[in-house]
Amino acid sequence: MTTLFDRLWDAHVVAPLDGGAALIAIDRVLLHERTGAAALNALSEAGRKVQDPARVFAIMDHIVDTLPGRTDRTLMPGGQAFITETRAAAQAAGITLFDVGHPDQGIMHVVSPELGIVLPGLTLIAPDSHTCTQGALGALAWGIGSSEAEHAMATGTLRLTRPKSMRATFSGQLAPGVTAKDMMLALIAAHGAGGGAGHVVEFAGEAVTALDLEARMTLCNMATEFSAFAGLIAPDEVTFAWLKGRRYAPQGASWDAALAQWRALRSDADAVFDAEIAIDASTIAPMVSWGTSPQASVPVTDAIPADASSAMLDYMALQAGAPLIGTPVDAAFIGSCTNARLSDLRRAAALLKGRKVAAGIRAICVPGSSAVRRAAEAEGLDRVFLDAGFEWRESGCSMCFFAGGESFGDGSRVISSTNRNFESRQGLRVKTHIASPETVAASALAGAIADARDWAHG
Amino acid sequence: MAEPFTTLTAIAAPLLRDNVDTDAIIPSREMKSTGKTGLSDGLFAGWRYLDAARTPNPDFVLNQPEHAGARILASGVNFGCGSSREHAVWALAEYGVRCILAQSFAPIFHGNCIRNGIVPVVLDREAIAALAGREVQVDLPAQTVRCADQCWTFAIEAEAKTMLLEGLDAIDLSLKHRDAIAAFHARDRAQRPWVYLEQNHG
Repeated sequence: MTTLFDRLWDAHVVAPLDGGAALIAIDRVLLHERTGAAALNALSEAGRKVQDPARVFAIMDHIVDTLPGRTDRTLMPGGQAFITETRAAAQAAGITLFDVGHPDQGIMHVVSPELGIVLPGLTLIAPDSHTCTQGALGALAWGIGSSEAEHAMATGTLRLTRPKSMRATFSGQLAPGVTAKDMMLALIAAHGAGGGAGHVVEFAGEAVTALDLEARMTLCNMATEFSAFAGLIAPDEVTFAWLKGRRYAPQGASWDAALAQWRALRSDADAVFDAEIAIDASTIAPMVSWGTSPQASVPVTDAIPADASSAMLDYMALQAGAPLIGTPVDAAFIGSCTNARLSDLRRAAALLKGRKVAAGIRAICVPGSSAVRRAAEAEGLDRVFLDAGFEWRESGCSMCFFAGGESFGDGSRVISSTNRNFESRQGLRVKTHIASPETVAASALAGAIADARDWAHG
Repeated sequence: MAEPFTTLTAIAAPLLRDNVDTDAIIPSREMKSTGKTGLSDGLFAGWRYLDAARTPNPDFVLNQPEHAGARILASGVNFGCGSSREHAVWALAEYGVRCILAQSFAPIFHGNCIRNGIVPVVLDREAIAALAGREVQVDLPAQTVRCADQCWTFAIEAEAKTMLLEGLDAIDLSLKHRDAIAAFHARDRAQRPWVYLEQNHG
């Protein structure tokens, strides 16, 4: 009868609170430079201490430049203060810092799994909505605001009203050329950007267990675009093999003990969820967004819906009923906590190999972490991207969002492997189409939105 | 610590669209300092201003005389979706907003509202349509919203209601459970020793 979420929740109840809420133990807190200083400084100004600094990590990812040879200086006006103040506050609090230039620097949701900071069965929070990415390892991981980050660091807990549970079951097998990104866009398009509101969504089914761990992270990453409290996948042998030997994962006898507990982290066959969604994975096609919400997405081969919102169409300068394929783009971006891991870069590079991006296209690849960058370079992927006409960057969140510094041109159209297509998200009046790294690579080659399946090397 | 909330009577400024995201509420480019203040000028900047000189867009609701300085907003589905930035709530609070009436809220934004004394009220589409642009009375103890001769009740978690009504500091409240927290850690450390890291492990 018990769900995986029930097991995670029950294992972390410190004390019941009035009205059905509970004080929940928090095992890991991650901070970044965009809000880290605000949270740490507010704590110290209130005379409070970080309760267990060894379980708090700060990572420079949000506004740090990604140009080669970067320093603390940023293209974002005033950005340097976010970096220097977060560094000073992190050092004063005694928490572990992956600073600019540190070999483990990168986007927090790429770095944390790489180092085994997140583990199955943990609770992990960060003041970043894409913290749900890390639910792919069987942890209860979710984004919070600055006040909650302060609360978690000061008390080791959060006050929570228990979310509801939902299971999204992807049955069957994905067709060739269809990815975890397409699964999530298809789910959100079908059920709405608010469809998961208030629920911890467990992703299950044959098409989910068939995904490698990096693709599972892509799936859970966009749980927040579904308005879910968190995304979750039961850990299995794929998870354990991936984690073994990582720096912060248990070692030796402790690993064996952990593994015995982690194998029980699954929903019972007769588990009852508050809501269930079923999707036939074999029917999913490569998806591209056409509007300014992730729910405004369609198969790349489809036309823009006849009943599309006119406000969205006006912003995007598109017409209802028109085909998406062939829409000219100005830029292509491969990066972000959604789709910038080694497997993402490999799949994009496989399409780019021996080809050039179309004339006039600005194409940028930003590896998800410094470790991903090194691994990609070790297998020559940097050369593939550079030879194709892509910029090859240092790691960070980069142009997933516009903080007043680097941007695509005013009003330009961008095909992007990121997670949000909101108005002006990537720059003033920029029109963002979100898609898989393959679709971004193929569109960069075509100079227009393209079906990556047409660009596969024979 | 937030200002306690009991009742509020004001016009509900209509922002009648779905999926109002936190990038729209406070664009990242408007988050210029590491602090929590100085944000209200950037509130809804992309919609509120026509250009870099911040010429007001006359079509945007908060630029209309009857809605300038609005204390209550009325909106659609999934309000506050997207980025977890608490700056969105800080900007709204600094502008003067104390209550948002919407069909649903994104969970992180909802939590941020509670911590900053903004009351998130969920009402159905018909109710929102009926009260948008009109004077409403929000009564948190009674969990009602009144508009002329109509009255709707709303649900809110008991924990959230208490925090809002009393403007309580959550950290102080939770630290009263210090002994339970220590007992949990002692018990849990024996069961899951790998959770507890040594400092400077890296």
